[in-house]
Amino acid sequence: MPFESVVELRAALDAGRTCALELAEAALARAEAARGLGAFLRLRPEGARAEAAESDARRARGERLSPLDGVPLAIKDNLIQEGEPCGCASRILEGFVAPYQGTPVARLLAAGAVILGRTNMDEFAMGSSTENSARGPTRNPWDAERVPGGSSGGSAAAVAVGIVPGALGSDTGGSIRQPASLSGVVGLKPTYGRVSRYGLVAFASSLDQVGPLARSALDCALLLEAIAGHDPADSTSLPDPVPRYRDALSGDVRGLRIGLPREFFEERSAADPAVLACVREALGELERAGAELRAVGLPHAQHAIATYYLIATAEASSNLARYDGVRFGRRAAAASLGEMYRRTRSQGFGPEVKRRILLGTYVLSAGYYDAYYRKAMKIRTLLRRDFEAAFADCDVLASPTSPEVAFRIGEKSKDPLRMYLSDIYTVSANLAGVPAISLPCGFAHALPVGLQLLGRPLDEATLLRAADAYQRRTDWHLRRPGAAP
Amino acid sequence: MLPGNPGKQDRGLVWALGAGATFGTMARIERGEVERIADLARLELAPDEAERMTAELEAILAYVESLRAIETDSVEPTYHAIPLATPLRDDRAAAVLSAERVVANAPERDGFAFVVPKVLDEDEA
Amino acid sequence: MSAAPIRDVHPRYEVVIGLEVHVHLCTESKLFSPAPVRYGDAPNHDVHPVDLGLPGVLPVLNRRAVELAVRAALATHCTVHPRSVFARKNYFYPDLPKGYQISQYEEPLATGGWLDVELPGGGAEARSARVGLTRIHIEEDAGKSIHDAAIAGREGSHVDLNRAGVPLLEIVSEPDLRSPEEAGAYLRALRQVLRYTGASDADMEKGQLRCDANVSLRPPGSTRLGTRTELKNLNSFRFVEEALRAEIARQSAILDAGGSVQQATMHYDAARGTTRVMRLKENADDYRYFPDPDLIPLELGADAIEAVRRALPELPERRRARFERELGLSAYDARILTESRALADFFEAAVARAGGAAHAKRVANWIARDVLQALGERGVEIDATRLEPAALAALIRLVDAGTATAASARPLVAELIERGGDPAELIRERGLETVSDAAVLERAADAAIAAHPEVAAQVRGGEEKGLNFLMGQVMKQTKGKANPRQVREILARRLRGA
Repeated sequence: MPFESVVELRAALDAGRTCALELAEAALARAEAARGLGAFLRLRPEGARAEAAESDARRARGERLSPLDGVPLAIKDNLIQEGEPCGCASRILEGFVAPYQGTPVARLLAAGAVILGRTNMDEFAMGSSTENSARGPTRNPWDAERVPGGSSGGSAAAVAVGIVPGALGSDTGGSIRQPASLSGVVGLKPTYGRVSRYGLVAFASSLDQVGPLARSALDCALLLEAIAGHDPADSTSLPDPVPRYRDALSGDVRGLRIGLPREFFEERSAADPAVLACVREALGELERAGAELRAVGLPHAQHAIATYYLIATAEASSNLARYDGVRFGRRAAAASLGEMYRRTRSQGFGPEVKRRILLGTYVLSAGYYDAYYRKAMKIRTLLRRDFEAAFADCDVLASPTSPEVAFRIGEKSKDPLRMYLSDIYTVSANLAGVPAISLPCGFAHALPVGLQLLGRPLDEATLLRAADAYQRRTDWHLRRPGAAP
Repeated sequence: MLPGNPGKQDRGLVWALGAGATFGTMARIERGEVERIADLARLELAPDEAERMTAELEAILAYVESLRAIETDSVEPTYHAIPLATPLRDDRAAAVLSAERVVANAPERDGFAFVVPKVLDEDEA
Repeated sequence: MSAAPIRDVHPRYEVVIGLEVHVHLCTESKLFSPAPVRYGDAPNHDVHPVDLGLPGVLPVLNRRAVELAVRAALATHCTVHPRSVFARKNYFYPDLPKGYQISQYEEPLATGGWLDVELPGGGAEARSARVGLTRIHIEEDAGKSIHDAAIAGREGSHVDLNRAGVPLLEIVSEPDLRSPEEAGAYLRALRQVLRYTGASDADMEKGQLRCDANVSLRPPGSTRLGTRTELKNLNSFRFVEEALRAEIARQSAILDAGGSVQQATMHYDAARGTTRVMRLKENADDYRYFPDPDLIPLELGADAIEAVRRALPELPERRRARFERELGLSAYDARILTESRALADFFEAAVARAGGAAHAKRVANWIARDVLQALGERGVEIDATRLEPAALAALIRLVDAGTATAASARPLVAELIERGGDPAELIRERGLETVSDAAVLERAADAAIAAHPEVAAQVRGGEEKGLNFLMGQVMKQTKGKANPRQVREILARRLRGA
């Protein structure tokens, strides 16, 4: 039963039309059939069957079950699951099996979900196309010659072709939202600190968040409910209680004030006009549903990419220092310790990772720290203030998720700077810590276009409500790629 | 009511650099500098790799030069996007990883110790 | 700011020393993980995923480590900053699992304190120096690399992460020390304060206190600092002083010859008593410090800090002064009895049980002499024994009442230390009661006189020393139980007819 949502699968399970084991087997079969897509790095049939069997047993015992119980899901390869290899699509972590449980996965398992396997990604989440994976790229389900987006490309593709109804990804500068946009699914980056990062392999600690990808806002809401909430193991985790997001999906957006940052929509905007047209049409739909559109300014948004790349690479250069061949992962043969470090890291990391480590090291090094890192942190403050001012008059902000539709594999990989600009609309949310969602809103050049909505801190409910309201009135999110099995 | 008109657009770099930004002072990275940075990061770069990286870094740094012009003297840096009180943990010893699991992923071990190649001198690592 | 008088340790140069001390805070668990803080376990038995630096782990700050750090900072008169920030110090080393150490850099916990240090030296003149503290901050310890070929083989080094993550306090002094002896005195005073506050046991043998020393020379009267070298891996206070002496000698020889000292890290060869360059410090290490994004800045409310201040125990200085003032102890005795908080507590409890301040000197004597000797012989601290303050007080009372002689009672101290018990019972059991029977004593006195006629003759001639000797003989005969006052009277009567 591909393409059923989490909600539909649960209904089928509850009605006895199927069982968790059957769902798992079907998902595994679809995953096998879609091997060419490159969405999964690793399936775990035995583990999935065991989890499915436990779910069926719980149901048989009449226990109270969460909405995810028995539902097969996928997780990105940078999420720690105890007893499973965790590779981050990198050579340097070859052979590493996690000896502890990460919180996001723990919560999925506690909710009874069945973890089908680990999805492809850009190495260490650094990229916007999933081309930087050490295991080869994932293909866009709508056009196999194109990228699915990144870095959570595998998760987006797995959901887009209906292997699983939902998946977890991670978002540091747009890595959930942009692949969701390019692959035609829904992707949510929660407020910074809403979901625990304990068990998320760190890329940029002050920007990273774990979030759901699915085909509907409601499914995203259910996934978010399961994983969100305070974690004493994460010092940056927010203590605020987690609302029942599904209860917010009233379908009603009357009076919802949607701000359109003029920097994103003006004449000189970076976006493909066809993409903009889709987005404008989607906003028109919301307006017809009762929302109010208004212009706002995010004057510092134009500096977001530069700011992001200074902060993210600096933090990454430090976070990736632990990959040294001493305690886990791959180690290169060497006669001395120094040689071991250099060879291990040089052979183990791909070029994009190396590039970012170098840039980050440079940004933090003596003599440059104030001009680059500290400066970027100050721009970040200005950006936060921009958002605060905008949210004084608006409930959500809107933009295209990506300036363009899915590009060809290999088209941008020669020019890192061009690749970085894919994140133009998404990085601001990570810098300001605000939640943001991407939802399918049409097609341009026969490829999916995503509408991005940004919300106030901890206001995922409004984002999900708006997305759900849109999805009640449109059917873009129900379209299926031809490449699906 | 939407701002602006969908029309002729200037995409990519020019927009992203923002109004008024210029390539003015190109960031110049000395070759030796990249090597020093690579050394700090324990990365070995082949000569062509080093050259390419230098060019790429220069381009990226030129791009971020645009930030210099922004007035931030009176602005406090944001290290944490969402304000939070200092979380503290009670001082109680809890279960640890068994020694076997600690070294289970080790590329090289001797009993329960990790083994690494000899450090040639106190500092060199 | 230093008020230290110049010590003439070197005829031609003024010696300038600064010490950087790292101590283990006295916590159950590590600074950022719940792994236990233990010593002597087999490698990698006290390691949590957070200590291992595994992908995906995150640090969470130990509340007690903060409290102990604040205690130490307040006890050394530092300004405790309401806001301090944890920063990453980035470098590569096998015992540093994350490739960075979580420390504090631009915004440390505390700055600007001092320690008043009593300087060693003879004479009545009390020499004291105030040594400034630049800063105190919290950081995590690294693991251990073992390069010893006997353990690790010839080709490699072993890495043990048991120690990785243990909470450290880094205490940096101003370059106010002017001699190796001062450095030693400072370390002892610092250790004492840390133990008094319970912040750290600071046992160097267990690796709970490590000291790096910076030393430079300059012409007397100069205010510019000379080029300094750093001495690392000094394992005992004695080695610190020795190494400093050796390095001062080395540097002065260079300067005397007209050369200049190069900035370097030095290794002290204890066997040879010399220092040698381990590593020249041409460039400062680029640690790329930045605030740790995984940790929220530490905010301490004024009342929280005040609460710690109120809960501080009476510190050694003040306690010494109070012992002198209120209990009439000499400066010397006061210092001995306040050596450790446990000892000072024991002393005061014993004084209370003995009946109050009037008995303080008696109690002090017994402790300073008998108790400390017995402890020293057994290599234990006062609080690790079964001797109760009440028991000591009771023993002293029994001696004062004449129930037992001091000579009988003294050995009981060791016994009470080892086995505890009630002194009165012990005296009874062992038959140690004072012998006051005049007939018995007279017989013993006569026997002593008869056995030593020459001595007896001297005493008759007016000499005192002989009397003590004869008393000693009587004590021996009576196994120390003879009432000394009575014995003396009897002998005096016998020999002088008084």
